[in-house]
Amino acid sequence: MVGIRVTVDGTRYDDDVEPRTLLVHYLRERVGKVGTVVGCDTSNCGACTVHLDGRSVKSCSVLAVQADGREVTTIEGLARDGTLHPMQQAFHENHALQCGFCTPGMIMQAIDLLGDNPDPDEHQVREGLEGNLCRCTGYQNIVRAVLDAARKMSPGAGPDRERAAEQAAPVAGGGE
Amino acid sequence: MTATAEPEVGRARRRKEDARLITGRTRWTDNLQLPGMLHLAMLRSPVAHGTITGIDVSAAREMPGVIAVHTGADFADEQGSLPCAWPITEDMKSPAHPAIAVDTVKFAGEVVAVVAARTAAAAVDALEAIDVGYDDLPVVLDMEAALAEGADLVHPDLGTNRNAYWAFDSAQAGTGGDVEQAIAEAEVVVRRRFRQQRLIPAFMEPRSIVVDPTGEQYTVWSATQVPHVLRVMMALTLGVPEHKLRIIAPDVGGGFGGKLQFTPEEAITFLMARRLGRPVKYTESRSESLLAAHHGRDQIQDLTVAARRDGTITGLKVELMADMGAYLGLVTPGVPILGALMFNAIYKIPAYHFGCTNVFTNKTWTDAYRGAGRPEATFGIERMMDELAVELGMDPLDVRRKNWITHEEFPFTTIAGLTYDSGNYEAATARAVELFDYEGLRAEQRRRRESNDPVQLGIGISTFTEACGLAPSRVLGSLRYGAGGWEHAQIRMLPTGKVEVVTGSSAHGQGHETAWSQLVSDKLGVAFEDVEVLHGDTATSHKGMDTYGSRSLVVGGVAVVKAADKVIEKARRIAAHILESSEDDLEFEAGKFTVRGTDKSASIQDCALAVFAGHDYPEGMELSLDSDATFDPENLSYPHGTHLAAIEVDTETGAVHVRSYVAVDDVGTVVNPLIVEGQVHGGLAQGIAQALFEEAVHDEGGTLVTGTMADYLIPSAADLPSFTTDRTETPSTSNPIGAKGVGEAGTIASTPAIVNGVLDAIRHLGVRDVEMPCSPRRVWAALQGARDTAPTAPGPGGGLGSIDATDPQEEVQ
Repeated sequence: MVGIRVTVDGTRYDDDVEPRTLLVHYLRERVGKVGTVVGCDTSNCGACTVHLDGRSVKSCSVLAVQADGREVTTIEGLARDGTLHPMQQAFHENHALQCGFCTPGMIMQAIDLLGDNPDPDEHQVREGLEGNLCRCTGYQNIVRAVLDAARKMSPGAGPDRERAAEQAAPVAGGGE
Repeated sequence: MTATAEPEVGRARRRKEDARLITGRTRWTDNLQLPGMLHLAMLRSPVAHGTITGIDVSAAREMPGVIAVHTGADFADEQGSLPCAWPITEDMKSPAHPAIAVDTVKFAGEVVAVVAARTAAAAVDALEAIDVGYDDLPVVLDMEAALAEGADLVHPDLGTNRNAYWAFDSAQAGTGGDVEQAIAEAEVVVRRRFRQQRLIPAFMEPRSIVVDPTGEQYTVWSATQVPHVLRVMMALTLGVPEHKLRIIAPDVGGGFGGKLQFTPEEAITFLMARRLGRPVKYTESRSESLLAAHHGRDQIQDLTVAARRDGTITGLKVELMADMGAYLGLVTPGVPILGALMFNAIYKIPAYHFGCTNVFTNKTWTDAYRGAGRPEATFGIERMMDELAVELGMDPLDVRRKNWITHEEFPFTTIAGLTYDSGNYEAATARAVELFDYEGLRAEQRRRRESNDPVQLGIGISTFTEACGLAPSRVLGSLRYGAGGWEHAQIRMLPTGKVEVVTGSSAHGQGHETAWSQLVSDKLGVAFEDVEVLHGDTATSHKGMDTYGSRSLVVGGVAVVKAADKVIEKARRIAAHILESSEDDLEFEAGKFTVRGTDKSASIQDCALAVFAGHDYPEGMELSLDSDATFDPENLSYPHGTHLAAIEVDTETGAVHVRSYVAVDDVGTVVNPLIVEGQVHGGLAQGIAQALFEEAVHDEGGTLVTGTMADYLIPSAADLPSFTTDRTETPSTSNPIGAKGVGEAGTIASTPAIVNGVLDAIRHLGVRDVEMPCSPRRVWAALQGARDTAPTAPGPGGGLGSIDATDPQEEVQ
């Protein structure tokens, strides 16, 4: 077992984990962040996407020990004091989800995408979400939601804490 | 609280469901942790057909954290046989279907052992310590070979690989003429063979089951779309009394028919919980899901159209082979039969024959997948309409116009014996042609052909209908289906004027909480926000037939409306009492009873409170407004539409690009246009995926080689276009809402539209057919004239071009 100290959605956790434990399993089973889900075992679907120090990662492809000393934001940490992140709001307004299983990862990736490119066109949104699969929506309303959110967010806009984190680490997105 | 001024029905309400789903406050089955809960892992056969010579679990039992390891032999006396609820013919061959294999395995992926451990990781670790011996048996994969004399048998005890033959013949049924005569006398006969490749539903949430045996009832949480069906089937199969089972389908992440099942994994998880007396959880990996959750489609279609030179169809003959896989699931043999009555589609066909041979092979069993039988039928007929047009040198739209039922002719009884209640194919087509710029694209197509443009343009057409709202119980009975097609609803009026709606429909992404709230808000005149919809738990929703077959709104929604009608009638009595009036003098509107000609009124909330208090009420009245309704539809519903696709094919690479896609659907009255549009989008994506990307491929040993999401190509956002969607609205006359169902329309319509478009782009270059998925490799090979149909063997990752499974050396770009 290895000791790690991880900040998840603003709360610090000190835990002993097996070296092989994936970040997504640590989040779900130890921290109780079950809003982040597992959709595949080959890192194709992106359902488990979270932010690690402000950048999107597929948490099935990161070991929990790699998150030691770092900050994780999940879908559960986006809203602040009952106010939704503009991306969450845009997904709701544009009917960008049906069953909702891919939604946490999709929202986390979409925020990351706008961090890289605050004013994307439709093609760029589609390319930027290529690593996140959805089986319900045909993506059209997801794309619409991301473009809508881009309009409503000034670059880096969002909850205060995320904005602060992004300012500290100016590369807000990327992932590739 | 009074009613909103704007009617709720027809309003683009944002969904109630979203609040929890966009914030991660979700209740997926895999989220559950119970005290003392053990985790299961299942060992699956790598062999497609074999005898189990021995299983040694002793080492696995000694692994850290392992509590128990069991094999099929341990459960042989109590696991029963997984049920098939649709014996389509009296003499259908039905093999025993063990949840966990006992002495033989029939497909690669079948469970042979199960481990219970303190953590999921420990359970998976222990699988590697289990030693299973297999003696290989001959593997049966190809349907035609399986039917040949002397073929190796999947189930030797059945004596044949033929599961059943089901037929409908219009001459015998008295609905029309003799198709052989029509073919003999035809001016034109077009014969084609099409392949409907095997697909995988691939819902995003892998299946998960938790069983808690520690209470008075067994509580079963399952990622299922059919909690009510599951309860009955589990009781009948596993020897547990039905009233000792409580099934909960919490948040369920998609289904598409793939979760319309009583699965081996559900049975095994239950058996382990019962054996161990502790809560247990099983969550499949994606690879297990692709391998062993049921597959869909997989047909070979031999189609013959007889016609006159002017394009009038005089007969249609359909002979199918349908791959059942190794076993029969809940509705496996009936899936192709759902298409039997739809091949004639929107057309007036005077003679029709349908025959289907169901075949066993050593593959994962097939069952419902979005559309179930109807996409296959629609693909067949819509491809044939284009083939006939080519044969006659006519515009494919004109051939359709020549044969379709005109709007004046409804209600129309078809050659298959169904009565289409309403429709307007002319209107939907006219709108689609306009949005698409049909003439402009035809002109561009001509220009590109003349200039030998390396990128050729094709126009794909699909004018489809489908039978939805499964289904009138008597119709299901006549098709030998094992259950009815009704749905149940209950409305509870709470003392504070809020409303609980209990529904037997079981949403897993469809937005019923929103749509049902809209229905009830309009009916009862209560605020949208004041309605709570309860579903997916047999303890609250005790009765239901669940969600599949585009049935929820047109059957379940109607049950809700009928329950609301009963609430109003009960409330009328107490309102008359409060208002000291006669019931006959009361008008109910916008949530209020008003004495006609006065301003005296009582709201439905006043009535609910009066009934709760019970201080003053009419003699003999039962003190409740709560009402139940069970609705059994009298007819199916028939959504239809016209879909047009502009397809660009790069003749140098074989790459296919969907340049534009117009879908004009007529789903009748729309409760929530936002939800309808979303259903169409998602349906289109799945139908296009069949045309271009997806295929479940087995190698010659029966191993699934598309067993990960890297190999089974679910399209991403980058692979799909934006769709242009619109609607015409011809209400169904068979239900009081006027809705027809929308869940499957996009999937059913789009596959032939895309393939017709691909062929329209390159047919003039000598290509006669391209098998699905129309991958760059297949299209390119067809263009090279290598073979004129079925140019290449299927390969994993087929749609986007990948490595050929049959030739690992061959890199295909």
